[in-house]
Amino acid sequence: MEFFSIFSIFVMACFVGYYVVWSVTPALHTPLMAVTNAISSVIVVGALIASSAAAGGSEASRWLGLLAVVLASVNIFGGFAVTRRMLAMYKKKDKKPAAAK
Amino acid sequence: MEHVAAATPAWAMLAYLIAGVLFILSLRGLSSPESSQAGNRNGMIGMAIAVGTTLYLHSTGLPLIIAAIAIGGTIGWFIAQRIQMTAMPELVAGFHSLVGMAAVLVGCAAYLNPGAFGILDSVTNEILPVSRVELGLGVAIGAITFSGSVIAFLKLSGRMSGNPIMLPGRHIINLGILAGILGLVGYFVTDQSAWVFWTVTALSFAIGFLLIIPIGGADMPVVISMLNSYSGWAAAAMGFTLGNTAMIITGALVGSSGAILSYIMCKAMNRSFISVIAGGFGDAGGPAAAGSAIQKAYKAGSAEDAAFIMKNAESVIIVPGYGMAVSQAQHALREMGDLLKKEGVSVKYAIHPVAGRMPGHMNVLLAEANVSYDEVFELEDINSDFSQCDVAFVIGANDVTNPAAKTDKTSPIYGMPVLDVEKAKTVLFVKRSMGGVGYAGVDNSVFYMDNTMMLLADAKKMVETIVKNLGH
Repeated sequence: MEFFSIFSIFVMACFVGYYVVWSVTPALHTPLMAVTNAISSVIVVGALIASSAAAGGSEASRWLGLLAVVLASVNIFGGFAVTRRMLAMYKKKDKKPAAAK
Repeated sequence: MEHVAAATPAWAMLAYLIAGVLFILSLRGLSSPESSQAGNRNGMIGMAIAVGTTLYLHSTGLPLIIAAIAIGGTIGWFIAQRIQMTAMPELVAGFHSLVGMAAVLVGCAAYLNPGAFGILDSVTNEILPVSRVELGLGVAIGAITFSGSVIAFLKLSGRMSGNPIMLPGRHIINLGILAGILGLVGYFVTDQSAWVFWTVTALSFAIGFLLIIPIGGADMPVVISMLNSYSGWAAAAMGFTLGNTAMIITGALVGSSGAILSYIMCKAMNRSFISVIAGGFGDAGGPAAAGSAIQKAYKAGSAEDAAFIMKNAESVIIVPGYGMAVSQAQHALREMGDLLKKEGVSVKYAIHPVAGRMPGHMNVLLAEANVSYDEVFELEDINSDFSQCDVAFVIGANDVTNPAAKTDKTSPIYGMPVLDVEKAKTVLFVKRSMGGVGYAGVDNSVFYMDNTMMLLADAKKMVETIVKNLGH
């Protein structure tokens, strides 16, 4: 893709990010960090390309790629799982009908 | 093998775009606890689409790749199940370091095998000049994220002292290294020799360490958000190299998310981002505070007194801080709240944005202890309630309740928004001992007020004893 079309997507995405993140409730800032952590591991795409490019390419590059796949996978699975665990804890009280008020 | 990325088919471009949109929706879901679970699911689907598409397009050597994903995934899943909620700040810092390292590794792989990434100039057979800048910046940001996060992890998990460690002349050294990195990335455009690339990488690792070492424990919420932001920019830079929409959108999202969180944290401490990065906070105030520590009179109370006062109150506002996390008092605290509610007392929780070691830290711990999130309020929503409430129960917080931030212009925390606990009819202040001061190293006049009762003990033990007394 041409540099400027990519750059346009990037700038637009920064604005989307700005508005979306301001709308996140402060109570969920820790899950926000955990989930952004998980999605930034989309860098795994680059790692996968490096790992599969064996033929004709450098062996070192492939092993670096595989190591990156391992690291990014820790993050993807760990990040989403820990976010899910945290979010499951946020409850409202009305699930218990015996609220003595 | 050349121009693989350039030849990405249209359906794959669309798939990456959909993944990017799903990532946006995953953050959007966090606007309320009700929609957050669905948001997280969107994030997982987006990731599955991105990974699946890439694997379909690059399916050579699949068994090893699957093995790598399985190894990493299993480790990550286990960590996520085992981790204690109080250890969340260091977990997030640790995860950031992995993203940083992955970015560095991908950058190195791309440098060693540019053909596979489609960044070779077909005429000169060298790496495209634009790609060199992207690659250089990506590796640099990744390396800073990695080493900075490792230091943050060590500090947060207590494996390294949380005190700021000051090196002489560090500002000059840091600025010099930073200028060196930028200069070399620029030079990389004209000369793609290996030494330039590896020097940029090495210098970036070094500056990450040097930047975070002088930053003290209280500033960690800013640091951890900043590193969050960096991990996003690193992913975005790699996305530019690969021309991959999913990576660029995600990188921009994560980058702005971390930047906004850093801004919120700085504002909540009335500090500028530059002064946080310059480091050393909580160091200079130490001796001054020690000098003025003349024995002042304070009232100490017992758990029995505290239980009696709260039982007879109409409203109690609980103010938790890092000390609650350290002693794991959140479960006992919720039990105390439940017993008080049974007595007809209204119980609310007040959270300062920088309470704890990361944004939203206290909210997660209270949620873990089954405190309903509609009883938990942010600073600006609850601060006016203190003047009408009977008891402010401060547990493990200090600087965020210090009225000196409003009145004393010489105080290092002057101007920081604080919780007005001193306006409550009675302040119950749980603290380990009178000796310690908060991270800012300043004394708190709330301790010595007539309507304050100091409850000197470990936070959890104190709350448990109060619970016992309430049970009678």
